[in-house]
Amino acid sequence: MSAESINPEERSVGVLPEGPAVKQNIARRQLIGQIWRGIFFFAIVFGLVALLTLILDVVNDSFGLIATQSEVDEQEITGGRELEDLSQAELVAILNENLSRRVLTRLNREQPLEERDAANLVEVIETEVLKTELVAVFPLWESLTQRAAIEERVTERFPRAELSWKAWVNWDFITTPMSSVAFNAGVRTAILGTLWVTMLTALIAIPVGIFAAIYLEEYADHRVWYNKIIQTNINNLAGVPSIIYGMLGLAIFVRVLEPFTSGAFFGVSSGGGATLNGRTILSAAFTMALLILPVIIITGQEAIRAVPNSLRQGSYGLGATKWQTVWNIVLPQAFPSILTGIILAVSRAVGETAPLILVGASTFIVTDPNGPFSKFTVLPIQIYTWTQQPEQEFKIIAAAAIVVLLIVMLFLNATAVLLRNYFRSKRVSV
Amino acid sequence: MTTYDIDSSNANAIEARDMSIYYGAFRAVNKVSLAIEKNKITAFIGPSGCGKSTVLRSFNRMNDLVPTARTEGEIVFRGKNLYAPDVDPVEVRRRIGMVFQKANPFPKSIYENIAYGPRINGWRGTKAEMDELVERSLRGAALWDDVKDKLQQSGLSLSGGQQQRLCIARALATQPEVILMDEPCSALDPISTLKIEELMFELRQRYTIIIVTHNMQQASRASDYTAFFLMNSERAGELVEYGTTEQIFHNPKDERTEQYISGRFG
Repeated sequence: MSAESINPEERSVGVLPEGPAVKQNIARRQLIGQIWRGIFFFAIVFGLVALLTLILDVVNDSFGLIATQSEVDEQEITGGRELEDLSQAELVAILNENLSRRVLTRLNREQPLEERDAANLVEVIETEVLKTELVAVFPLWESLTQRAAIEERVTERFPRAELSWKAWVNWDFITTPMSSVAFNAGVRTAILGTLWVTMLTALIAIPVGIFAAIYLEEYADHRVWYNKIIQTNINNLAGVPSIIYGMLGLAIFVRVLEPFTSGAFFGVSSGGGATLNGRTILSAAFTMALLILPVIIITGQEAIRAVPNSLRQGSYGLGATKWQTVWNIVLPQAFPSILTGIILAVSRAVGETAPLILVGASTFIVTDPNGPFSKFTVLPIQIYTWTQQPEQEFKIIAAAAIVVLLIVMLFLNATAVLLRNYFRSKRVSV
Repeated sequence: MTTYDIDSSNANAIEARDMSIYYGAFRAVNKVSLAIEKNKITAFIGPSGCGKSTVLRSFNRMNDLVPTARTEGEIVFRGKNLYAPDVDPVEVRRRIGMVFQKANPFPKSIYENIAYGPRINGWRGTKAEMDELVERSLRGAALWDDVKDKLQQSGLSLSGGQQQRLCIARALATQPEVILMDEPCSALDPISTLKIEELMFELRQRYTIIIVTHNMQQASRASDYTAFFLMNSERAGELVEYGTTEQIFHNPKDERTEQYISGRFG
């Protein structure tokens, strides 16, 4: 109250630092800036350390020493030579000598021994005669640093065991289908399943997502109540737990739309004459597509909104229709950013497990998926299944499968990033 | 679909009759009537918020892009009301081109910036004909000599003044009759501004130009006619005075015009 009675010229307007206080003040402000910079840097370090730990842990499990032991000594049956050096006829002879009539009959029924090639025969000898068994595995770090201790322990417990290096992630692991024996198991079916589901998901979700984003940004009138509801719902759907999408997929795609998703409607029968049902790649892809749609729509909208309005006006001003403006001006400008959203969304679909468990990914399947109506499994499901097994070897091949999953993801992402850079360079700008 | 093939002998290019423009319930422009003469430059002047840009944008129905905008009255172009129900704004904008306050070339090459307008309007011809059209449009905007060796470079690589002339060239390519300019020089340096003004004099021979400007000198030296707009007490824009530039600047009839021109407000 009293301030108002004073002459306006005499009212206080505060004090700005002068003299030595200026230096002090600036030093303080710079210090605060430095502290924040440190915090930001720490965030990066934290992320990197976490990522590095994950990769090291996985790699640690995927490579290392293994101890194998055979029931029969190899030298004994081959007369001191290596199995690989023997001729086909010699290998057949060894089998005939060492196996019971019953086993021989079974093998001959599968394929006569004389018609098999040497590699196959060596394999048969290893599993049927030598019965080579994995008795111990050691992670990479331990194998490298405590070699002597490992050797000592192994010779003590398994006197006939052989110690050798093994890379669990190898070409055989990638090209072999699932097996109930960890040593022989591979991820071929899972990789193919992941590729199938991912491609189909992208094929469904990308066009629908982009079209929906265009409609919401360019056509929908935001003042109308139902458009507001649609927008709010899409934003909320992005945060719905993925298991809910799994339940939705199970109810709709697997059950209600079974005639379509099983392929029965199209006259397709599930591979291997198995019973028709909706637990197919198609159901999984639709479920995944629903899951990532909100993300694609929202990032697409952001990208479209970021296109300066002056460009639209310029196009309209020349007599362009709305469609021409969207197609020729807005989309080319927004596309690289839309692709960024797609990359993030599809990466999520590659790694998603929970909804596929519900939709019915097989936990054990040895036949390759051959189309949208096949039964399938995917890498994350495979990893999850293996980590649930009690044997330690399964945990190790789970780690190896994680390495494969990371490589597949890297491959898909790299493709998308290259594609984005291509579109970015095509969009002529300064 | 209406076409404008009947050329009226009328010397007016375009005429507004009792135009009122609303944004929602708010009346932004109140009953403006004025006739724009052919092959002349008409300047719209007035303080900020007086509705001059809104009136300009109603001449090629750009206001239709604002969802809440609503127009009353008529704008007559070639003897036909532009706001008649059977007129598509898309055709109007081809005939009545527009240059915006901020140069907005498309993020495409210089060549594609020019070719875009004709292409979207159903242009048909050979590659050589398009080359010719691009060259003629760029020459028309006095830009050809600057860019003839770099037609495939981005339109955004040009300087501000060149970008604005590119936008004029782009508008010329669809062969309009009227060109609307919404403060085209407000972001340009004096030399670029002068170039645009010289260009306007050239263009006047073939096109009718309407320009909104905040720059009194520009209006006085670069236009044939001047229209002075002002907000009324309800904040709606009104046309106060309209006449030859000579008369408005030297012998204004309305007191408010005189005050504005002599710099006493606005």
